[in-house]
Amino acid sequence: MEQVIGKYNYWIYIILMMIGFYAMIGKKNLVKKLIGMNIFQTSIILFFISTGSKKGATIPIVSNGHEGIHRAIEAFQYMNPLPHVLMLTAIVVMVSTFGVALALLLMIYRRYQTLDEDEILRLRRK
Amino acid sequence: MTASPFPILVIVVPLISAFLIILLGWLKKSLCYPFMIASLMATVFFSMAILRWIIHHGTLHYYLGNWDPPWGIEYLIDPLNAFVLVIVSVISLLIGIGSKPMVESDIPRKSIYFYCLFLLQVTGLLGIVVTGDVFNLYVFLEIASLAGYALIAIGEEGAPFASFNYMIYGTIGACFYLLGVGYLYIMTGSLNMADLSKLLPDLYASKVVLMAFAFFVVGVAIKMALFPLHVWLPDAYTYAPSSVTSLLAPLTTKVGAYVLIRIMYGVFKPNFSIEVIPATTILSWMAFFAILFGCVLALGQRDLKRMVAYVLIAEIGYIALGVGLANRNGLLGALLHIMNDALMMACLFLIVGAMTYRGWPRQMERFTGLHRKMPITMAAFVISALSVIGIPPACGFFSKWYLVLGAIDAEQWLFVAVLLISSLLNAILFFRVIEYVYFEPVAKESEVKPSEERTKFMGNEAPLTMLIPIILFALAILSVGLLSGTIISLVIQFALPANF
Repeated sequence: MEQVIGKYNYWIYIILMMIGFYAMIGKKNLVKKLIGMNIFQTSIILFFISTGSKKGATIPIVSNGHEGIHRAIEAFQYMNPLPHVLMLTAIVVMVSTFGVALALLLMIYRRYQTLDEDEILRLRRK
Repeated sequence: MTASPFPILVIVVPLISAFLIILLGWLKKSLCYPFMIASLMATVFFSMAILRWIIHHGTLHYYLGNWDPPWGIEYLIDPLNAFVLVIVSVISLLIGIGSKPMVESDIPRKSIYFYCLFLLQVTGLLGIVVTGDVFNLYVFLEIASLAGYALIAIGEEGAPFASFNYMIYGTIGACFYLLGVGYLYIMTGSLNMADLSKLLPDLYASKVVLMAFAFFVVGVAIKMALFPLHVWLPDAYTYAPSSVTSLLAPLTTKVGAYVLIRIMYGVFKPNFSIEVIPATTILSWMAFFAILFGCVLALGQRDLKRMVAYVLIAEIGYIALGVGLANRNGLLGALLHIMNDALMMACLFLIVGAMTYRGWPRQMERFTGLHRKMPITMAAFVISALSVIGIPPACGFFSKWYLVLGAIDAEQWLFVAVLLISSLLNAILFFRVIEYVYFEPVAKESEVKPSEERTKFMGNEAPLTMLIPIILFALAILSVGLLSGTIISLVIQFALPANF
């Protein structure tokens, strides 16, 4: 039980990821697939941010850094900033993927007047 | 002359020119194509210079912003990178030259944006090869994929839907890769490939590292369309415009194969995937089914482009098999096949593009009389077909030879059998097409009339800008085959991971 409550953010990441995964594979509507893709990517952001955080830690800015160099910096007081930076890049990638996907959906809708996968496959077979 | 800035120039030149090309296009549209060719030529020059440096001086490092490796991003180029880098840059230059007539007939009004996306795609592929940082690789992977989705969607009727499907699969692949990066980062606190390979061996017993490895391999396998994860490939590559397919089909899958080799034998030490977990065994069985499945399904296709797409799935199987065999000959075969297959696929898809450009249907029953209308293109088709089948002077023979030797060394007789059977199936596939082209009597001259107004000599041959790359590819297939011994002793044997 402690495993579940103590690391609840990781459990949420897994649950979100599975929801997204299901929507991407199981849903027939293309927009729902796209939303599933977004949930999937968001869960990964949650995962990365979780790895960087610590209980009771603060943002990694060393106050009085220039004069207090002789004072030892205790790493456990600061969060790890690197996963956040990585996720900034990943968010940019996500947004552009989302944009391209919406443009593709527009093209699909203009051609078939529907966004239902089965319907499109039926129209294509004709 | 120092070679130190070349690794970054290889990325920056096509990236900047991708955006300059749009500005240039607003000014004067006709300048776009020469400008793209010029920047691709610069890329080829840089990658050749890198290869030369590597052969003479060994590994090349470039630190972005002068930050030292474990913290900053490092571009590390060893013989393996340099080898794939030259393949990617040379093939994209030739395809870039050949794309002009197709672009101008397919999308005359939007050719500027096509060239921009083309350069972005090349940037992404080159970036994946150059970088020595696992997260940076993810970013380039997505640059390449996003450009690829947009390029594929330009194509014919089913293209946007195929592209959307590809996007769903591609995003799953890229996200899995990203998760793998995250898991490794939790365990080691490093993103640098060289640093990771030093830190990881102590952690091989950990479940998290195992999970990271699994995510990496599955993610990359989706990107390179290895057998059970290939579903997106045939549709996407059939409906995409031929100029796009001839760029994507040879290169994205090969770059994916490069990433797989880099992860399995670079970031992780070879003994992890051979001894700690049976990854290589699983990989070679996946490859086994990929080869069979690709060839058998290709038999059922009447559309030449789709048939070649299925052959491509089988060819990816060859490379994965070589990687999975995990002995010297197998890996030599896999690396050699990365080059040979890139040449063969580029040549075949460019020929398909030339045929559709001249108004021929892609249905192979209607190819009768093609050899008289497009003699040179068809000669190149025969050469690349022979290479895919694996007949000696062509390069496909040599990589298959090494793969068979590798399978014999590993005493896996089933893999030897599947390699020989697939050669047989490829022979059936391509001789069927060749029979339609050369030996079927022309039933009614009036039935097929591609661009009738051109009745002068060679009038129906592909336009010169396409014909030159096709001829060059065909010559390359032959000469690379004859020179494969030299290539192995100069580059590839150093590209093998240590202890092989």
